[in-house]
Amino acid sequence: MSPDLLLFLIIALVAVAAALGMLFSRSALYAALFLIMNFGAVAVLYLLLNAPFLAVVQVSVYAGAIMVLFLFVIMLLGAERLGRDPEPATMRWQRPLAIVLAVVLIVQAVYVFAARAGAAPAVAEAVDAGPLNIGKTLINSYLLPFEVIAIVLLAAMIGAVVLTRDK
Amino acid sequence: MDTAMPYVLLSAILFALGVMGVLIRRNALMIFMSIELMLNSANLALVAFARQWGQLDGQMFVFFIMTVAAAEVAVGLALIVTIFRARRSTNVDDLAQLKG
Repeated sequence: MSPDLLLFLIIALVAVAAALGMLFSRSALYAALFLIMNFGAVAVLYLLLNAPFLAVVQVSVYAGAIMVLFLFVIMLLGAERLGRDPEPATMRWQRPLAIVLAVVLIVQAVYVFAARAGAAPAVAEAVDAGPLNIGKTLINSYLLPFEVIAIVLLAAMIGAVVLTRDK
Repeated sequence: MDTAMPYVLLSAILFALGVMGVLIRRNALMIFMSIELMLNSANLALVAFARQWGQLDGQMFVFFIMTVAAAEVAVGLALIVTIFRARRSTNVDDLAQLKG
């Protein structure tokens, strides 16, 4: 077993364990911390996949900014203690069915990808994915999406302010 | 390791766990976090494909998805805060009516 694969397996285990911890956590606060752990693990995987810039963005934007926003809202609402999710009055069968269907989805997806594993072409030569190259690609090939995303962010910012404004 | 396959498999597993979270949890915040998990797993698959083909386009897409996720979180959390103010609850079963 190559060291790369071993490292991948360990980090993948951490990511899946953190995701499961989030799913079954009783406290929204712990769930958010588990999710940060998952994002951190995925950031390490980005490093393994030759995406150093994205790994840094993942930590600073995702695990940093977005999750801090989550933690703020959880504490603002006083929703730390979720307690046991109340049994829904209707559709009692929904939760067990959801778990079964999710397991089916996992098996299906793993089968679909594993069945085509042999058909994948050889891995191409790694390109330089540093900030300089990312920035050049962003400005040269992806200028229009870049401008559009800026407007999306502005709209989201205004929307958030308008929605939470006290009447 | 010479293919991106293990990463894509992990991404599929994380995505399915996110789907499961959306389906089994009743708290709007938890559902929202599960959606983040799904977005993140899609990102992982895109980065894996970018590595497989040796091109930057996959990474650019991840960049844009992250931005959209940030916008989505800002608006979504604002909505949850507003709903909580009106209903004192983040349980989605309590929010079965469109009427405010």
